Amino acid sequence: MGLSQGLLTVAYIIAGVLFILSLAGLSKQETAKNGNIYGMIGMVIAIVATVLSIDLDMEAWIYVVVAVMLGALIGVFSATKVQMTEMPQLIAALNSFVGLAAVLVGYNSFIKIYTHVPVRDVHLNIELIEVYIGVLIGAITFTGSIVAFGKLHGMIGSKLLSYPFKGAVNVILLVGSVILFYLFIVEATSLNALIYLVIMTVLALYLGWQMVMSIGGADMPVVISVLNSLSGWAAAAAGFLLSNDLLIITGALVGSSGWILSYVMCKGMNRSIVAVIAGGFGDQGANATSAGEQGEHREIKAEDVAEMLKQSSSVIITPGYGMAVAQAQYPIAEMTKKLRDQGVAVRFAIHPVAGRLPGHMNVLLAEANVPYDIVMEMDEINDDFPETDTVLVIGANDTVNPAAQDDPTGPIAGMPVLEVWKARNVVVMKRSMGVGYAGVQNPLFFKENTSMCFGDAKVTTEAILKSI
Amino acid sequence: MNIGIPKESYVGETRVAAIPKSVEQLKKFGFDVLVEAGAGESASFTDEQYDKAGAITASTADVWQSDIVYKINPPSKEEIVKMKEGATLVSMILPRQNEELIHRLNEKKINVLAMDMVPRISRAQSVDVLSSMANIGGYRAVMEASHAFGRFLNGQITAAGKVPPAKVFVIGAGVAGLAAIGTGRSLGAIVRAFDARSEVAEQIESMGGEFLRVDIDEDGATDSGYAKQMSEAFIEAEMSLIAEQAKEVDIIITTALIQGKPAPKLITKEMVDSMKPGSVIVDMAAQTGGNCAYTVPNELVVTESGVKIIGYTDLPGRMPGQASDMFATNLVNLTKLLCKEKDGNITIDFDDVILRNMAVARDGKITFPPPEISVSAAPVKKEENQPETETNLKEQPKKRTGWKYGFGIAAILLFGWIGQVSPPEFLSHFTVFFLAIVVGYYVIWKVTAALHTPLMSVSNAISGIIIVGALLQITSDILAVRILAFIGILIASINIFGGFMVTHRMLKMFRTDREV
Repeated sequence: MGLSQGLLTVAYIIAGVLFILSLAGLSKQETAKNGNIYGMIGMVIAIVATVLSIDLDMEAWIYVVVAVMLGALIGVFSATKVQMTEMPQLIAALNSFVGLAAVLVGYNSFIKIYTHVPVRDVHLNIELIEVYIGVLIGAITFTGSIVAFGKLHGMIGSKLLSYPFKGAVNVILLVGSVILFYLFIVEATSLNALIYLVIMTVLALYLGWQMVMSIGGADMPVVISVLNSLSGWAAAAAGFLLSNDLLIITGALVGSSGWILSYVMCKGMNRSIVAVIAGGFGDQGANATSAGEQGEHREIKAEDVAEMLKQSSSVIITPGYGMAVAQAQYPIAEMTKKLRDQGVAVRFAIHPVAGRLPGHMNVLLAEANVPYDIVMEMDEINDDFPETDTVLVIGANDTVNPAAQDDPTGPIAGMPVLEVWKARNVVVMKRSMGVGYAGVQNPLFFKENTSMCFGDAKVTTEAILKSI
Repeated sequence: MNIGIPKESYVGETRVAAIPKSVEQLKKFGFDVLVEAGAGESASFTDEQYDKAGAITASTADVWQSDIVYKINPPSKEEIVKMKEGATLVSMILPRQNEELIHRLNEKKINVLAMDMVPRISRAQSVDVLSSMANIGGYRAVMEASHAFGRFLNGQITAAGKVPPAKVFVIGAGVAGLAAIGTGRSLGAIVRAFDARSEVAEQIESMGGEFLRVDIDEDGATDSGYAKQMSEAFIEAEMSLIAEQAKEVDIIITTALIQGKPAPKLITKEMVDSMKPGSVIVDMAAQTGGNCAYTVPNELVVTESGVKIIGYTDLPGRMPGQASDMFATNLVNLTKLLCKEKDGNITIDFDDVILRNMAVARDGKITFPPPEISVSAAPVKKEENQPETETNLKEQPKKRTGWKYGFGIAAILLFGWIGQVSPPEFLSHFTVFFLAIVVGYYVIWKVTAALHTPLMSVSNAISGIIIVGALLQITSDILAVRILAFIGILIASINIFGGFMVTHRMLKMFRTDREV
């Protein structure tokens, strides 16, 4: 059989273009569905062309078919079963697979190089470098994603990892991997190289584990998208290794898109990517816990909230991670519908880092059939709060904290926040008076126009729903 | 440390810099508060009330010997003499007009914070006395006007006939203007307003006023948040608008000020004469010359045609209780910035823009004028309004740019070296790699936040393309490679199928009302 090299290239170019179109399509609601389809077509073309271009013997065919079928089964099964609130976990899990695959491809290439009795020249060096980098990134992605998965799934406590000399350990690890890099290249022709590669893999696995272990829950959106980006770079490294342009293009696309997403997320929190990855938030927050003048908060019952909502002409709902935890999106959607039927203008305000995944809230609301044209981004809606009668804060805390603007020394100073306190009435639904992830007290709760409605978000919303 | 609250010595001043409630709050910061006997008298706060709140009633001399003095008006020469060397003074200063005063204070090494120099940034609002006084002034202006007007402000239909609502025209929609609009509205009048800054239209409308426009495209907003002087053509159009309104309305309240300059003359004698007899003008800019040609500061003038022009400059002082309350609260809020430890000691931290801007003198050095900060609430325009908001941040980016250049040069050198030593095939891959990064950047940059999750899952699926790598390796004759490749294909397929499926599921959920 065997597809000619020329045809293969053509197929790859087409696939590459389709992938670009796919990502471009995903940037707008109207074109998103098509984007996804482009991606699928591109993938089919790429795989079919690749399979046709290599001479597979019977055994290899069986391998390929079995592997793909099995993978498809697992993939489709988990994709249809997954709850929308568990989306972050799924994405973390999928990321880890790419990382692992990159490690495997790297090892395979090395074995190939090794068994072909290499001749020392520039090509060999480049290949070795590629193997090393591919395995390094892949391994970090792999363990990083696994830990992210575990944390999101509640299997690993969200307590931050910290131990003395963490910085020093990091430096040693880094220096260690550079030395190993050098040794690996120099001794490529002996079996020692494999040992170096294995040691480095262990180091990288540890690095990935430690990196995500020391990052807290609210930074997860950034972590996930950084890992997503890393998985792209891993794929690109594999592409260099195999001299495969399609892999390079796709990897670079995914890598840079993930990086931009991380950047957007970080901007949403007014922090730098470096700071997030170094995990500095927790340390700072601990000192500031007691900060700020406090005061009396007022409580309000669900029935009264219902009354207040009915009497308002405009309502903005700002959901946070608490909504996802309580699975409150369905009663909220129903409440929204009822209120809108009664002529109340209900909109949603989404902070860029609400939830544990970029765009997490949007997905949950969409799942519950909230039309996306009443779901607004922070920048779109922030100016509208002063003209709003009632704001319902559901399970959000730091993203609506006025201290970000008022307290220049606090740990969240300068972070863009939803200015809910400017509305006439604010109702905060929360389980208790506890502080948010950043460990800062929220002056919003003590404002005169704020009332607190304690309890599980879902139970409370259902109670409100009954009274409307 | 102790804080002294002297009785205000200005003739006609009714306010006081602390009220019993604020004394209590100041004590919580660890300060002792000395209140001069009779300080709150004219604002209806008795010494007894202060005493109950924990203040020490003290003599004039003792109060002035305090470590910190909080007061309303700038101190007089005699008062400065009474002060302790190295003490801190917080009051209105008007540093632009009072250079001599600053020098005199500085000679005694007194640290001076000017309450009238609070920068207009959102964080500083709780300290901004100009705003809180303007708010009271705006309210009182309507009250004074209503008092002098002799008619209802609201419209009524009664057995004794129909009364049309009064028409109020407010010029200048700063804090005072907005307060006047709100007050006028709540009394039932029809309120119209004009301001050179077109961005305040919304604010006027939000207070229930009607915004009158001039057909000239010019915006009077400045970076400092105050209005600037406008072009001649604009002023002409503005004047004709005011002239037109003058004939129609019953009450005009003018609040137009230009920072550091005499108030613009907006209402000429002819315009006043064209008004209905019995109409009232309240000129809130009387202190700096007035917006109206007839205005006499601190007086009520009645023109021959029977129009009353009120030029009171002490409008906030006419509500001494409220004004003292707000001024005192602003001072408590300032104390929060000065005394972060709540240990009864203050530090004038120049890293805090608010304090930096307010500080007129510190440790024997005159620190006025402060470095400029740009704070307008106006929408960001073209290049003139760079996003740099706080001056003390300006140095950091410079350092960072230095780093950036360093990195840039290093990257180019490294790139050059790679080009030098690598074979051409590798370089062509490199080209593809970088182009793809750039494409990725442009494609993703505009993505809406709502689609972040689907975008991630689809890019996840796409990065399953690594399956190609594994496929290419499955033909190897080494068993280990085959096994690893098999696993690679398996997990990459999970990724591909799972990623696309779940994206599809999510996208199906996104919909508008129309698609239901």
